[in-house]
Amino acid sequence: MSAPSAARLGPAGMCVLALGFAFIYAPILLIVVYSFNASKLVTVWGGFSLRWYPALLENRQLLDSAFMSLKVALASGALATLLGGLAGLALARRGSRGRSALAALVYAPLVMPEAMIGLALLLLFVALGVERGFLTIVIAHATLGMCFVALVVAARMKTFDASLREAAMDLGAGPFTAFRTITLPLIAPALVAGFLLAFTISLDDVVLATFASGPGATTLPMRIYSQMRLGVTPEINAVSTLILCSAAALAGAALILARILRHGAR
Amino acid sequence: MSTLLRVEGVGKSYGATRALENASIEIETGEFFALLGPSGCGKTTLMRVIAGFETPDSGAVFLDGVDVTHAPPHRRPVNLMFQSYALFPHMDVAANVAYPLRRQGLASGLVAQRVRDMLRLVQMDGFEARKPDRLSGGQKARVALARALAAGPRLLLLDEPLAALDRKLREDTQFELMQVQRDLGLSFLVVTHDQSEAMAMAGRIAVMREGRIAQVGAPRDVYERPSSAWVADFIGAANLIPARLRALEAGRAHLESLAGALTARIDAQTGLAPGASALVCVRAQVLRLHATRPVADNVIEGDIVDEIYLGGAVEWRVRIADGGLLRVSAAPHESGVAGRGRRVFVSFAAEAASVLPAAASPA
Repeated sequence: MSAPSAARLGPAGMCVLALGFAFIYAPILLIVVYSFNASKLVTVWGGFSLRWYPALLENRQLLDSAFMSLKVALASGALATLLGGLAGLALARRGSRGRSALAALVYAPLVMPEAMIGLALLLLFVALGVERGFLTIVIAHATLGMCFVALVVAARMKTFDASLREAAMDLGAGPFTAFRTITLPLIAPALVAGFLLAFTISLDDVVLATFASGPGATTLPMRIYSQMRLGVTPEINAVSTLILCSAAALAGAALILARILRHGAR
Repeated sequence: MSTLLRVEGVGKSYGATRALENASIEIETGEFFALLGPSGCGKTTLMRVIAGFETPDSGAVFLDGVDVTHAPPHRRPVNLMFQSYALFPHMDVAANVAYPLRRQGLASGLVAQRVRDMLRLVQMDGFEARKPDRLSGGQKARVALARALAAGPRLLLLDEPLAALDRKLREDTQFELMQVQRDLGLSFLVVTHDQSEAMAMAGRIAVMREGRIAQVGAPRDVYERPSSAWVADFIGAANLIPARLRALEAGRAHLESLAGALTARIDAQTGLAPGASALVCVRAQVLRLHATRPVADNVIEGDIVDEIYLGGAVEWRVRIADGGLLRVSAAPHESGVAGRGRRVFVSFAAEAASVLPAAASPA
């Protein structure tokens, strides 16, 4: 991973940078701040309080859906990384036949309306008689997530010097050993980045989850979305803050893992 | 000496492009061999066939008498030092050199010992914990060499080993490669487009052109007795004077050119008969300049049109009667008669010139 250049920003540059970050993070910061709001009204500041965090523990529905979301995101992220990683490797192979057709097929879901993918999956699940629930949401999210993983891995492979793999094979490694000791450690950052993308996409998706879920499998975004019609409760701010923290922790863990994979290979 | 590698009539096409056509070479044990040719001549393809990265369409590759044409790269006692060096960026120097040893399943104590020996051999001991991106070009080359040698090859292939280095470093590295090869008694096959590099390092050279082996021989043979005008011109600048063969006698040919009568050495293999059109090939270094007509086998009159001072030598372009330019080169202290625009006499001995068929070859 390339380090950003150490060029100094002028005051104008700093301003633009601050505005950019504010644009991305101000709304999120607002959620965190309002999760410590004493008032029951979400939009009115009533002083600092931690009351919504214990209250959250009482709200089983919200907690269950938060856990469901995390489980779905982890499972679909892992599945998407596996499938998308393989697709990305195939896409990066020079001269393989049908490569452009494969690229079109892999990248198509990125530009298809999610409602359409959701509907298509729903029809498939019904036709196959698959009971809708946790598993079907995981499959739906992995379908979308793997496209992103494939994109990231294929991009990384473009910068991968093919002679490294050849050198490994020349030095006595079979194809699998060459992959394990050379290719895999070098694309690990892309796999981790792809996993994080797929994880995030799964975590905040409402549309696919709504089509693919069944009774008893409600993800957090679905729960929040349905509660919006009844009015947002401050507990949603609290649970969002917790989710945010766990996502940040996961990203940190992923970075550390990538570093271990990169340095640990022999 | 025994034959280590035998490549027999290898052909390889990529779609409509014929990269190799009926290429055959033999390499002896302990030999330093060079594949020389311009880019696109098929030398890299031939090297990749020997390494096992390409399967030829026809022909076969034998190593120690065993047919390895279809053996994968990791099952051949042949190792390659890549042009880009291909050091593994996520491993330090020691781990890079240890890579082939670990693949062979050596005990870790033995691995450490071999790594130490190899790094000492290339004078890179002390760099064990460095990552490749913290090494200079020359250091990378040494590590790549140590890693390829650690695998214990019977034949080491070197793909343009000096191309990535600057000139001073290139000379040092070239010398060290030769020393390592002599010390270990290993067979080296170096692929290069640089004729002076090939001549300096190799015991024998195969000159390649358009997928075919044009000539194989010791540097001196190839330089002094090129098999064609193309080889003559590719291996160092050659003067080629068109002439017609008049008579043959005991290895000598008498020819008639627009610049006068010429006498030159001729090989029986050229198969030229009196009356045939031919080229007289003579190197710039064997030509002599004179202010007055000298007594010599061959004397050509001409005018100096250019004089180029090159430090170690001076080179002249002399316009002769057939309209062509002769390149003459000599040490600066021998350049007494010269001066742009002067009429001079160019002489050379018959033994220093050879007669080549005037085959339609782009010079």
